Amino acid sequence: MATLNINGKAFQVDVDPRTPLLWVIRDSIGLTGTKYGCGIAQCGCCTVHIEGVATRSCSVPVSSAQGKKITTIEGLANGDVLSKVQKAWVDNEVPQCGYCQSGMVMAVSALLKTTPKPTDEEINSSITNICRCGTYQQVRDAIHAAAKA
Amino acid sequence: MNDMPKFDRRSFLVGVAAAGGGLSLGFNTFGSDALAAEATPEVNAWVVVKPDDSVVIRVVRPDMGQGSLTGLSQLVAEELECDWNKVSTEYPTPGQNLARKRVWGAMNSTGSQAIRQSQEYVRKGGAAARMMLMQAAANEWKVPVEELAVSKGVITHKKSGKKTTYGKVAEAAAKLEPPKDIKLKSPKDWTIAGKSPKRFDTRNKVTGKHMFGIDTKLPGMLVASVRDCPVNGGKVKSFDASKVEGMRGVKKVVAVGETGVAVVADTFWNAKQACYALPIEWDVGSNGNVSSASIAEFLKEGLTAEKAFIGNKQGDAPAAIAGAARKIEATYSYPFQNHACMEPMNATALWTENECKVWAPTQNAEAALAEVIATSGLPAPKCDVIKTELGGGFGRRGRTDFVRQAVQIAKQMPGTPIKLIWTREEDMTHCSYHPITQCKMSAGLDDKGNVTGIHMRISGQSIIASLMPERLENGMDGATFQGLSEKSPEGAFGYNIPNILIDHAMRNTHLTAGFWRGVNANHNAIYVESFIDELAHATKTDPLEFRRKLLKPKQFAVINAAAQKAGYGKPLPKGHFHGLSSMHTFGSYVAACAEVSVENGQVRIHRIVGATNPGHAVHPGMIERQVAGSFVYGLSALFYGECTVKNGAVEQTNFDSYNVIRMDEMPKVDVIVMPDFEFWGGVGEPTISAAAPAVLNAIFAATGKRIRNFPLMNQSLA
Repeated sequence: MATLNINGKAFQVDVDPRTPLLWVIRDSIGLTGTKYGCGIAQCGCCTVHIEGVATRSCSVPVSSAQGKKITTIEGLANGDVLSKVQKAWVDNEVPQCGYCQSGMVMAVSALLKTTPKPTDEEINSSITNICRCGTYQQVRDAIHAAAKA
Repeated sequence: MNDMPKFDRRSFLVGVAAAGGGLSLGFNTFGSDALAAEATPEVNAWVVVKPDDSVVIRVVRPDMGQGSLTGLSQLVAEELECDWNKVSTEYPTPGQNLARKRVWGAMNSTGSQAIRQSQEYVRKGGAAARMMLMQAAANEWKVPVEELAVSKGVITHKKSGKKTTYGKVAEAAAKLEPPKDIKLKSPKDWTIAGKSPKRFDTRNKVTGKHMFGIDTKLPGMLVASVRDCPVNGGKVKSFDASKVEGMRGVKKVVAVGETGVAVVADTFWNAKQACYALPIEWDVGSNGNVSSASIAEFLKEGLTAEKAFIGNKQGDAPAAIAGAARKIEATYSYPFQNHACMEPMNATALWTENECKVWAPTQNAEAALAEVIATSGLPAPKCDVIKTELGGGFGRRGRTDFVRQAVQIAKQMPGTPIKLIWTREEDMTHCSYHPITQCKMSAGLDDKGNVTGIHMRISGQSIIASLMPERLENGMDGATFQGLSEKSPEGAFGYNIPNILIDHAMRNTHLTAGFWRGVNANHNAIYVESFIDELAHATKTDPLEFRRKLLKPKQFAVINAAAQKAGYGKPLPKGHFHGLSSMHTFGSYVAACAEVSVENGQVRIHRIVGATNPGHAVHPGMIERQVAGSFVYGLSALFYGECTVKNGAVEQTNFDSYNVIRMDEMPKVDVIVMPDFEFWGGVGEPTISAAAPAVLNAIFAATGKRIRNFPLMNQSLA
């Protein structure tokens, strides 16, 4: 039995301790905003925050996330009030299909905490998530907009 | 492609629809999916107005990110004259469509046709509803309908000062006969269409609430992981379920047809662990010997084969080239590629003896329903498909193989909903791939440098032969000639050259070819637009001026617009070079001008200007995003896209071996949307074809090297 602290709530889960955090979040806890894209930490669809750090949850065993503060896309807004990154995403109409955008928003939210005004180069080296619809131009615009907000 | 051939099963569906007058009863079991109309009478199939004046617009073409949900709603709302701020949408199911004799028409979003192929009837649907609502008000006030005016859902009678709203007359309107004579607005008078309102679905996509197929949750649901034979055409010889049945969470191990095995478990992770631990012996058959090298040899033979299907013939190109003062030749090739949708293939099925219902991220819900009917063994009225949201589609989700598998598994566990999720590895190795082709281009020039003849020989795979062979015409796949022939779907060869021969030596491989965003226009554009650039350089003519002489006017207009905006011909930063391309495909005229530098063999794209004339632009903001996004798709293919074959199986299994472009390689994209209101063309796919050749031609300008084999990662520019 593992105890997880997700979005400020405690969850008890009975799973193999090697199970990737992604699948515990999705299948055991039922928060499906965090997506599966590759399973090998390549695409970033599964990005969550562990102690505030953007982490690809498909490659983290649940055992190592125990007792740590985990935030998923569902925990980013304050009730109905979107975070500034989410708001910038809405204002700039970033998403196309939207599948990668949970991970994008989580990765960018973590980036702006450590680098509040990122340059294009800093964005390029930090945001390596894959978007097959090709929303990168809107992602960049929205990052700069969120940084100004 | 425009007339993406109808699935044979669809004809079957239509037949069922025509025969089944009382089918609607069968759908009452699916009460949770009731349309809004069941609570409020619909004005017509497209429009429901509720008593509070809110408007529900029915949309049946899936939105996989391209924005058709918003765009089609704009078209209905434009004619309806309702308040855009009160519009919401709903998707009828293919079962409901079938029960109503396909009142909503085709339900596929494929071939960049969601808007252009339904624009007329959805606008008429909106207009008819408006006419009925106004007639209902006129009847109530006993005045001629001609004396009424409407704006934003408020109907007024100026003479008497009376006012009412759509919500108040909707019930009476629903009882009226639909009008027969419907006149549509001129697009030049549009106030909702042609603008760029916020799309409907953004907020849910940034809060994790947008429900993709993979997110489906049902009471008592189990999750399945599948492995299909790694070699297409092979099958399962045997598997030893006893080795994994005791593993954590495992409920059942089942055969999936003759070619696959699935493990059903409580969670995906447990299902996957057992599925990949399961000993399976495969019978790969004769395809186990196929390799990329053997496929390349097979295609190479086609470049000079005597027999070929002729897609475009004007004059006598071989004679013109043979007798020319100068002859230019070049041979190109283009690889297999995977769509690599971000959301891996998945579907959820519930099968009982009485009904079969599937939740699926599908681009073609009617084809999915046909698959469910065929696989479930149940009559059509007992089957339905709920279209979930789609995490990308790009043509891959027009297929129904994952739907079939989900039903095959669910049938073996009656009453239990089964969510089948492919691993990325399964997805990468079981695609319907971008067709593989080679191409030999030949041209003759006279002593003044005029092109007297051109011969384009394509050798390679046919999508139609792979997916719907019944649509071949005397063996020929007309779709192969996309963008090359007046006869091919909606894309003519753009150049005025006196002698033209474009032919196809069909060489099909054991891998399934499929519709891959942009389809055959992708490689056709690379072959034609690279070679035209070769001819321009061979005659020492500026590539834009060379095209000005030869291109048909609408196509030249877009390439010229892109060139002008990019500053073509004006001084660029040191080491930067321009490349151009254009294409007529999916009914639209598209062009690109790329600005590129090459340093130490590294290509950097600084900027691309795209121009598109799609005839009509329903949502210009989304068109801009589609163009920018499709450049990313096309350039990912150009730089990295390649699926290779070893021992009959695809070697690339995940994004570590099948790379795609990310933020750091994204060029700045500027988009010119230049509709001329003379036709209706597509948007989601055509511009892809312009991206790669523009970059290749810029690379040549920068380095003097002509790359003719792809992807670029295999080529040296140092």
